[in-house]
Amino acid sequence: MKKSDVPQDTSHLKAGNHKELCYAVDDKGEYTTAQSTGWKPKAIALDNAIEEINNRISKAKTRVLNKETSPIEYYMELHKMDVGILASYVGLFKWQVKRHFKLKRFNKLSKKTLEKYANVFEISMNQLKDIDYGN
Amino acid sequence: MEINFTHHQTAHCENGVVSNLMKYNGFDVSEPMVFGIGSGLMFCYIPFLKVNHAPAISYRTMPGQIFKRFAKRVGIKIKKEKFKKPQDAEAVLDENLEKNNPVGLQVGVYNLVYFPDEYRFHFNAHNLIVYGKQDGNYLISDPVMETVTTLTSKELEKVRFAKGAFAPNGHMYYPVGFPKELNIKEAIIKGIKNTCRDMLAPMPIIGVKGIRYTAKLIRKWPKKKGIKVANHYLGQIVRMQEEIGTGGGGFRYIYAAFLQESSKILNNNKLAELSKEMTVIGDLWRDFALDASRIYKSRSAKDDAYNHAASQLEAIADKEETFFKELKKAI
Repeated sequence: MKKSDVPQDTSHLKAGNHKELCYAVDDKGEYTTAQSTGWKPKAIALDNAIEEINNRISKAKTRVLNKETSPIEYYMELHKMDVGILASYVGLFKWQVKRHFKLKRFNKLSKKTLEKYANVFEISMNQLKDIDYGN
Repeated sequence: MEINFTHHQTAHCENGVVSNLMKYNGFDVSEPMVFGIGSGLMFCYIPFLKVNHAPAISYRTMPGQIFKRFAKRVGIKIKKEKFKKPQDAEAVLDENLEKNNPVGLQVGVYNLVYFPDEYRFHFNAHNLIVYGKQDGNYLISDPVMETVTTLTSKELEKVRFAKGAFAPNGHMYYPVGFPKELNIKEAIIKGIKNTCRDMLAPMPIIGVKGIRYTAKLIRKWPKKKGIKVANHYLGQIVRMQEEIGTGGGGFRYIYAAFLQESSKILNNNKLAELSKEMTVIGDLWRDFALDASRIYKSRSAKDDAYNHAASQLEAIADKEETFFKELKKAI
């Protein structure tokens, strides 16, 4: 890539006034560095990934409101986590976390376990029990 | 306390931490040098691991390897510590800062507040330098950022004790012993040999073979997973290739810069030629990203488009195979 070709496209980087460093070749063929505000193919990939996450969040929300899953699944998606990541944050096994998605189990959870989840998601117990709490 | 530390922005975090720590200690080592000597260049399709619900591909070696190999090859000693308790991690960090010793930390990105929200994923192999503490805030030099920044001790604790794959566990590292002169020439040769070995490894998911394996998967995705998932996966490949902290096309350019610098140090013209060739390969990776982005942008791509993208990868694999065979002969 030539230094003059270092992309300066609009991206989430640009919006936050960030620039990343790229290596490129100058007119004499020597390697040098240049800052870039972003590159379109990357921006699209990131946008798609964010959209995918938002879809997962809204799906989880609907499922919670339809009483098909516990609020834990919704908050997990909201924090861009998967079961494995959430399990390691609360210090449980994956199968335990999955079990807590079941409303029946969730309603029987001890205060201690609920607190673990609330702490990880940085929310109150009320918010953990009711995703619409306070809204 | 504040250590007299100069921040230099770099393209990749681990190279950047090493290069900046070396410069602080009076050794002018560029980012590409660290990357090349530490044999950072790699391709690996990681089975069983999903990131953001899509397959994980790494364009560089395992986190921590670059520094480890670099240190061993140029003859410096590094000290590494991991912690069970956050309190201990903070105490040892403070001790080092009091002794005027800037340290490197491995951190998770998700809670890194100065990153743009859109870039905050559960990725735990980011690196930064702490070079002081002022009014309870830590002074942070994150090599991928333009300037220095600060984090509260609570914020720093969160990122040092992020959980999930590659959990840092407070991982802290810094150089402790330096030789009179760095063993650069020999280190370059060792670094290059190691990279050639990795890229030409007779393993199905690593190096040139890994690129071909990924191409094969791309051909299968639209039928096996449906267009929507296939697009998501393809987008993930590009993100892993070009995002901050990873950078596959970008890594090829850094490697080309390393070969150019090495050709002067070793007085080896062949390396300068190969540097140009690596730049061409980097451009091909970019073309691949550009074409792939057209597929996942339109969302209605035909199988043909996936086959085309796969063929592009296969062409890159062929080029890289020839390249690393020649590079092996050149040193």
